[in-house]
Amino acid sequence: MTATVALPSAAPPVHPPEAPTTALGAGPGFVVQLDAFSGPLDLLLHLLREEQLEIADIPIARIADQFLQAVGELGLNQAADYLDMASRLVRLKAQMLLPRGSEEDGWEDPRSELVRRLLEYQQIREIALWMGKAAERRAEQFARAYLPPAPELPPPPLTLEIMDLLLAVERVVAAIPSPVLHRVVARPLDVESATLRIEQLLLDREQVGWLEALGPRPTIVDVLSTLLALLELAKRGAVRLVQPTPFSPMVIARDAARPAA
Amino acid sequence: MTPLAQLLEAALFSAARPLTVEELGTLDAESTHADVRVALEQIREHYDFEQHGVELVELAGGYQILTRPIHAAAIERAQFSVRTPKLTAAALETLAVIAYRQPVGRAEIEEIRGVSAGGVLRSLQERGLIEVVGRSEALGRPLLYGTAPVFLELLGLRDLADLPRAEELTIALQPHRPSVDDAEEAAAYVEAES
Repeated sequence: MTATVALPSAAPPVHPPEAPTTALGAGPGFVVQLDAFSGPLDLLLHLLREEQLEIADIPIARIADQFLQAVGELGLNQAADYLDMASRLVRLKAQMLLPRGSEEDGWEDPRSELVRRLLEYQQIREIALWMGKAAERRAEQFARAYLPPAPELPPPPLTLEIMDLLLAVERVVAAIPSPVLHRVVARPLDVESATLRIEQLLLDREQVGWLEALGPRPTIVDVLSTLLALLELAKRGAVRLVQPTPFSPMVIARDAARPAA
Repeated sequence: MTPLAQLLEAALFSAARPLTVEELGTLDAESTHADVRVALEQIREHYDFEQHGVELVELAGGYQILTRPIHAAAIERAQFSVRTPKLTAAALETLAVIAYRQPVGRAEIEEIRGVSAGGVLRSLQERGLIEVVGRSEALGRPLLYGTAPVFLELLGLRDLADLPRAEELTIALQPHRPSVDDAEEAAAYVEAES
């Protein structure tokens, strides 16, 4: 316990280079995960444990510095609760620095509130650990599986007439500023001529490739038209669509059952 | 097994939650609660002596048929059932505060844990582990929370008295030992500066 008071209160903690302690920030690249701590009290307890310090005897100045450093490494966006604790610690540190009269002056240790909270929290943590273990043991045993019943809905709080409801809907609809956001222009798909083209090709040959069926220099509309035509023909049983290997171009074959298209 | 024990076994098998002695007593008007208890003991002994893969467990104020822990790994591997996911540290701490301080408000939970508790409280409530048990008389009449029966089921406890008592824990609230080390240092430092 002599180590706990070895440092001047206001100076930053100094670690001898040959004895790297496990304190936060002692070694380069030590990153604190916010998820690793369930709160600022948890982090404080961690710091105290790392240094093997007594809670009742907490060296505020040193712990406050370490806490601030840890909070800095945590990133501040999530750390509002940690910042709150940091400000309390800094205030405590300042209070400890204030000179005071004799010990019998009824001086109240400003740390007592923090010490009480830490001890209380430590007890809660111990209970939480115990409960976690109990839950783990219980999870080893399965009850009969069942589908949980749907959650009970609270009884409808209001009764209303259908007209009231319709009026309410009208009000909501009227409040919608302007429902037309984008006008879709229909492009003329020409499924008929695509069908004709495929049937023409299959008159001469047993099978044709997908790229051939598209015709020369196909536009996106041609591709879509051909695809729809093919699907329609396949549905009617006029052609058979085969893909020899995955991702290879489709082969369009005359349906064997009906040799003449 | 007696006819009553058989009836109780069937009821326990069909139920999706622990059944209390009172509930089991409604199955047969002829039987007293004492009869039910005797029959339950008979079922338990039957499972144990015949080395069944299930056992009769007393939890959450009632009785439930559960598989034995030794089979958990095999059942899970075969994906017939899954273990309840573990609770986070934050959830367990919040539950601990509520279990020991109930009925307790959000402010007190946050004071003890040093972090805001809104999200944790909501998810515990959604899982049915805690419930609103009333409102405090304090300013704003904040909600007061308590543990729900599912909490006992999740931990496999018969009732809240199964929780460790504060004095059984290794860390009890100790009286504060005053220390002047820091203060002396600080005083010395201030003197050196001036």
